Formats: sequence, structure tokens, C-alpha cells
Amino acid sequence: MKKRIATVSLAGCFGCHMSLLDIDERLLELLQQVEFDRSPLNDLKRFTRRCDIGLVEGGCCNEENVHTLQEFRRNCDVLIAVGQCAVMGGLPVMRNAIMHSDDPLRECLETAYLDSDKVYNPSNQIPNDAALPLLLDKVYTLADVVKVDYQIPGCPPSGDTLWNTLEALLAGKPVELAYEQLRYD
Amino acid sequence: MNKPFKFEIDGIEIEAQRGQSIMQAADEAGVYIPRLCDTEGLEPQGSCRVCVVKQNGRAVSACTQPAIEGAKVENETEEILGYRRDLVRMLYHEGNHLCPICEASGRCELQAMGYRLGITQATKYPYLQPARPVDASHPDIVLDTNRCILCGRCIRASRDIDKKHVFEYVGRGINKRVGVNGNKLAETDVKLNDRAIDLATCPVGCIIQKGRGFFAPIGERQFDKKPITLGVGPGKNRGKS
Repeated sequence: MKKRIATVSLAGCFGCHMSLLDIDERLLELLQQVEFDRSPLNDLKRFTRRCDIGLVEGGCCNEENVHTLQEFRRNCDVLIAVGQCAVMGGLPVMRNAIMHSDDPLRECLETAYLDSDKVYNPSNQIPNDAALPLLLDKVYTLADVVKVDYQIPGCPPSGDTLWNTLEALLAGKPVELAYEQLRYD
Repeated sequence: MNKPFKFEIDGIEIEAQRGQSIMQAADEAGVYIPRLCDTEGLEPQGSCRVCVVKQNGRAVSACTQPAIEGAKVENETEEILGYRRDLVRMLYHEGNHLCPICEASGRCELQAMGYRLGITQATKYPYLQPARPVDASHPDIVLDTNRCILCGRCIRASRDIDKKHVFEYVGRGINKRVGVNGNKLAETDVKLNDRAIDLATCPVGCIIQKGRGFFAPIGERQFDKKPITLGVGPGKNRGKS
């Protein structure tokens, strides 16, 4: 039976998903072995059944990210953190370390929506619609929230890195990456 | 008394002079022992422990431990590699080592050590995420101690080579950090051409030279193609390309 893969981008930029598409014609080979379940690649919004592998890009910056991640953990046998944002927070985690601030989140929002001279915001309000997911006090890595089985570092991991890792995982072998394939940036 | 003697590293016979450390003898013989706090031209201080080896079964730091005649030293065994991976992981968790946004990425020795040790596995430690203020007061230099790994190379370079004592350790234990001799860097007599500010001195992106960020394109940076090793690592015209 084909293995089922689910993917999602949380507080990420979809760069890791673009990198997955970068495996080019090997996508066809991958599709011989796997079937995609919930993923932005096929626009499935919910899990249709339990999956073997969950690829998660991006860390958690709002409550919706946390719910999605917990759903992935519940529905995937093997959960993989893909990319620096999922592994250690990446670029969004910079807001945790806004200097000299007792309230980094507020300062971040005020700079983004009110104070900066680059902002055009006639209503002079920070977005607070009830439909928007609440931002967390800080950005969390995946491992802060759920148990992560593997991680693939990189910003983004190259197509070759993702392919080699997936191939090894599907074959049940330990992954061996060439020197150039292990990158943290 | 001053006759050279021999000892073994992973079964390879190494010749050493009296008073040489394991690392000095290994370097001369062309055997690489990984290191972060030790670099050519500075007094070894044995603080990062990445150079941990086993000498006759006892774990020691190779940069400070004198070589012993006839000793058996283990360097690249699975056990030692495991220690080194844990040490480098802990350094990653203590500071803010966000490679995608760091000017030192690609020439960073901490990052290169992660690559060399093949660190990919999910981690078991929490990220401390320090939020110490960045000191950008100096016209030519930025100091971001959130990226510091406390190797002390800037401290020793400033003290022993520049004779300026610009940097020093401040605080103890988990609160230990690198401070400057003044309220901020601009109040010290540090200059851009000091050895302490040289790109070869800071192994990470803590001491940054202004106006030089990202000078080498991706693919041509120091550790993009070759792992950190003897001659590719510390003190060997690092980052001068």
C-alpha cells in the first residue's frame, strides 16, 4: 500500500514547499510510492485518514498554528520538522528577542502597524478582527509544542536534501546526506 | 630530557615535543581535532570542550592537556563524537543562532562544526533565546552577544595581542557573558584593525564588521564546499576571500 504524506506550512514562507517541488521529475517517482493527504499541494484542508508521514514547515506564532500542529501529531505516525523555522523558529522567532522590551509582541505590532514611517494605516489600529487567530506571546519551535521525530534543517532544505531524506525514510534506511546537502541557511 | 617522544591518536603514531599539548602535536602531524575556543596564535583556555579526547581512557580537552609519552588518545570514536554533538547542540540552544539571518553564515565555525558532526536530529534541549541588547555604538563594529559562544577568543586577542583589554567575561554560570571595557563599545579604544575584531577571531557572528555583511556569495563561502578541518579552519586566513 502507498504511504500517505501530509504537509503544512505554519509560520513559514512556503519556501520549503517550493523546495519539495524542486525535486522536479522525481515527484513522479515519489507519487509511485506515496499518496498526498492533507497538503497545500492538493488543497486538501482536512485529514481524510491517518498518515504515515507529516512534513511541517514553519514554527508556531499563533493559536491556529498550535491547533494545526497538534492535529498533525495526532494524525501522523512520523512527524518531521522541515526547515529552520520549524526546527528553531527561523525568522519569525526574531520577535522574541526585540531588545529592551518588556512586551516584545506589543512593540512588534506597534512598529509594524503604527509607528514606522513606512506604514500607511489611516485607521491607526492594530488588526484585531475576531476571525484572526490570536498571536502567541512568542514564537515557538515545533519541539516546544509536540514531540518531533526528525528534523530537516535548511532555509530551505534543498530539493536533494528533502528527496534523500524522504527516500531513506520510505525505504526504512538511515539517511545519508552529502556535505553540501546539510545546511542551516 | 628534550627528546621527542611518541603517542597514538586513534592508532596513528604522533611525534610530540616535551610540553606540547595533544592538539599542538596533532596539528603538526596533520591530524585534526575539532575545536572552537582554540585558535592559532592565542593561548589555549580549554573552555568550549569541543576538542574533548580520551587520553588513556580519561576525557580531557586536547588543547590544554599535555601529550604523554606512549599514551593512547581516542579522537574520532562514536563516544567522543556523541559528546561533541551534544556540546555543539547546547551552544546552539544557549544563544540565538539563526543562520538564515546571520552575516557569519557560511564562515561560522559553530555552524561548520554542526555540519562536520552531521547534526540533524530533533533536539532534546529548550532554546534559551537570550534578548541582550545589541551594541552598535561603534562606527565600524557591532557586538551582538546573543550569538556569543563564550569562546573568549576576542578576550585573549585583545589582551595578549592588541594589549587593550577591550573584552572580558562578566557574570558567572548561566549569566556569564562577554562585556566591554566601558559602558558601550564606542567608549573603548577598540579599532577595526585590532586582532580582536579580525574575522578570524570571532568564530560566530557576535563581532560584526559594519559595511561588510554577506561579502561572499552563497556557494563561495568558506565552509560551503569543504568541512572545517586543518587549514580550512581557525586562523588560516579565514574570511579573507
